[in-house]
Amino acid sequence: MPDVATIGNFSLITALIVAILQAALPLMGASQGKSTWMSAAVRLARCQFILVVIAFLSLAYCFAANDFSVLNVAQNSNSELPLNYRLAATWGSHEGSILLWILMLAFWSAAVSIFTRHLAKEVVARVLGVMGIVSVGFLIFMLVTSNPFTRLIPAPADGNDLNALLQDPGMVVHPPMLYMGYVGFSVAFAFAVAALLGNRLDASWARWSRPWTLIAWTFLTCGIALGSYWSYYVQGWGGWWFWDPVENASFMPWLAGTALIHSLVVTEKRGAFKAWTVLLAIAAFSLSLLGTFLVRSGVLISVHAFATDPKRGIVILCFLTLIIGGSLVLYAWRARQIRSGASFDAISRESLLLSNNVLLTAAAGSVLLGTVYPLIIDALNLGKLSVGPPYFNSVFVAIMSPAMFLMGIGPIAKWRKAEIPELVIRLRWALAISILAGIFIPFAVKWKPLVTLGLTLSFWIVATICFDLVSKLKSAQTKGIVQRLRTLPRNYYGMQLAHFGVAISIVGITLVTGYESQKDLLMRVGESTGVGGYVFQFQDLSGVEGPNYDAVRAGVDVFQNGKQILRMQPEVRSYHASGNELKNAAIAGGIFRDLYVTLGEPLEEGTAWTFRIQHKPFVGWIWAGAVFMALGGALACSDRRYKPAASSAARKAA
Amino acid sequence: MKFAVPILIFVTLVIFLGFGLRRDPRLLPSPLIDRPAPAFQLMRLDEPNRPFSPTELRGTVWLLNTWASWCVSCRQEHPLLLALARSGVVPVYGLNYKDKRTDALEWLKSMGNPYILNVQDADGRVGMDYGVYGVPETYLIDKTGVIRFKQIGPLTLESIEKTILPLVRNLNS
Amino acid sequence: MNTILLYVVLLSSSGSDASLDQRVLELSRQLRCLVCQNESLADSQADLAVDLRREIRGQMIHGKSDDEIKTFLTARYGDFVLYRPPFKPETYVLWFAPALLVCGGFFALMRIIRTQPHSHCRRGL
Repeated sequence: MPDVATIGNFSLITALIVAILQAALPLMGASQGKSTWMSAAVRLARCQFILVVIAFLSLAYCFAANDFSVLNVAQNSNSELPLNYRLAATWGSHEGSILLWILMLAFWSAAVSIFTRHLAKEVVARVLGVMGIVSVGFLIFMLVTSNPFTRLIPAPADGNDLNALLQDPGMVVHPPMLYMGYVGFSVAFAFAVAALLGNRLDASWARWSRPWTLIAWTFLTCGIALGSYWSYYVQGWGGWWFWDPVENASFMPWLAGTALIHSLVVTEKRGAFKAWTVLLAIAAFSLSLLGTFLVRSGVLISVHAFATDPKRGIVILCFLTLIIGGSLVLYAWRARQIRSGASFDAISRESLLLSNNVLLTAAAGSVLLGTVYPLIIDALNLGKLSVGPPYFNSVFVAIMSPAMFLMGIGPIAKWRKAEIPELVIRLRWALAISILAGIFIPFAVKWKPLVTLGLTLSFWIVATICFDLVSKLKSAQTKGIVQRLRTLPRNYYGMQLAHFGVAISIVGITLVTGYESQKDLLMRVGESTGVGGYVFQFQDLSGVEGPNYDAVRAGVDVFQNGKQILRMQPEVRSYHASGNELKNAAIAGGIFRDLYVTLGEPLEEGTAWTFRIQHKPFVGWIWAGAVFMALGGALACSDRRYKPAASSAARKAA
Repeated sequence: MKFAVPILIFVTLVIFLGFGLRRDPRLLPSPLIDRPAPAFQLMRLDEPNRPFSPTELRGTVWLLNTWASWCVSCRQEHPLLLALARSGVVPVYGLNYKDKRTDALEWLKSMGNPYILNVQDADGRVGMDYGVYGVPETYLIDKTGVIRFKQIGPLTLESIEKTILPLVRNLNS
Repeated sequence: MNTILLYVVLLSSSGSDASLDQRVLELSRQLRCLVCQNESLADSQADLAVDLRREIRGQMIHGKSDDEIKTFLTARYGDFVLYRPPFKPETYVLWFAPALLVCGGFFALMRIIRTQPHSHCRRGL
């Protein structure tokens, strides 16, 4: 009976062979009209999925069973590590995360093979063929440079343990969510490339790309939000976004994906801007691939350090060049043949949606430029410089503020031609409320211009949502609130919910950035200090034993208006196997504020410790907003017209 | 042709990324190259009451090597420093960075002492003036007291043979 | 080493200015920790970061402005230590690009709208 790691390795090799077939046969079949070759796509995609699942489960089993003869397990796990983290360690390393990438890609391919039965055979064949090409690239990369099943002989008695920062529930959920999103954009990409190959860019292409893009976008939104939240409570310094290259690597596809969703609406509804939408679909996935390169090649310095290796970087770069370069060459060649759709005025819903695109694309481009700029300057021998939060924050806020303003107008504007006077009349109350709220609310604490900007924009978004909803309900043909609510399509609710989520996040970002307070200080037992209107008293110190670590725990009592409301217990943990030390912050979360206490270092022979105490108003709203965004996305893609029954009826009617 | 713009942008990006792969983003070149070495006056390691200042070395080409007993990479370059000292090509002076005097002396005793003399930079203030951000780092200073070269990280045979020695010969002539 | 500890203890437990703390915090957030994998000087726990924060604090007490302190640091460590890239010829592209992208994008959009074939009457005609 061959051991599990060997089974896993063998599955991967077989998966590669299947992927090569999946890439070659359907595409050749589609260009030559060979029906059997095209039909093979579906079976090959599902077969590849099963093989990759086997490989993935094999690796997970090796971790669960503490098989230290597998190098990856020895490097990233330990027998004292709790089971859930041993399993999460499957994707806790570079090799494991590439396997996760491949698993997600295979999953999406299988999903496409199941949910596209109503589409023409050549379309499905081409889409799966393109996804097959991407799978081939990743599988070759993995088997040649990053095989997770490489052996370590002789096997050590125990492993190095998982990086302390990763021993956390966040590790269990964040990468899978993120990759589902990241990799999910490959479907929109494949649809776009398939359309270019087949010279078929009709309204149905946009119609069927949209739900796939929405689902991927929803997952990516969750993944990024989880990453931000996780980094918030694990890193120990209370930050939630640092414009670190790895964060940017996930944010750029998100920005492009958001632009893509909006652009697909225009293309689907009015047949306009097809070439641009195709380009965006290619761009979103290209940014995902680019991000994968940036974080594993060692060209940029990042907190999120994967074990970086320039040799791997070269392989990824070549692969990237082939896929992205190939699709862009195809675009340059075929895009000019695309017939454009109905025209529209300078002020219309189309133009507003496309303005949104201009701004989001500019934002994505700026983030990309800022991220790779140090590299460009270095390559040109002009020195070393850093591009960090001050740059990104200024640029991003400047570009996105107009976009937020447009978000209020877009859903209200008419297709083809909207009249400005009419818009002004409909929106004047929303505008008044937002400006007044933005100007006066900050006075409650301390007036700051950026807080006014943020609050004005979020009130604007919420107000316009409410006004539009009310006006649509009023003009509905049926009677009764519930009936009227039913007349509006899920698409509409999804959109408003997602926009609402954006407003909530902006409130959180604005208020926490404007009004947070922090103190770094030394405290002896019994001493206390005030931060943000609360009093923190250092009460005691104790030793704690965890499953694979020892910790020093401080007891801090929190008082508000003289009464004790909380006991917070920050820790400093020392992990046995790796010797890593981790500061485990104590966080008291609430709807209107988080209290954040980190234990630092002992001084004066351990009688006094350094603490960092922070008061973060409304920080939870940042992630709550993301949850609404994701729910909005999910709602939008559950719209009835995407259900197979409705679509086959539509096809019969067409 | 506007449809070719994306591929052109992409190719440019890939070229830069390709170049980036050959670079080490962590290496920080010093802004002090071709600038006067910052002045200081620190106490010597061997005679703690006797000060030393780099102005005493005007007219000589010399190496200033920052090191510490707690620094692991310093052990890597130590044999090369000893060889350099023995060859007498260029005098090596040491800046003992954020270290305890007893630990430093102990380390020199057990590993060998290539330094003409050492100064103690206990709080790292002089290191800060020299832009030290990690140990070991080595500076090549010329006869007029100007920094001509900085080695970040441990000295390597390659950097000594290809850069330092030729520079020393150049500056001495 | 002990003088440093004393310094820290004195500074943190004395009635030292809360606004000075805030100023040190805000400036060190804009500066990069040189030995870390991308952390700001405010957040890093590395030795060098602690030293530099102490240095910044000392200079502020002596009345130096934020710009003077930044000049002090860049003279020793180069522009790498600044998270906000300085505005100089090497960074013109970086600073102008976002605005150019936005303007360029809107310009292209307007041109495309204006040159569309219209199948119905235009506004006003």
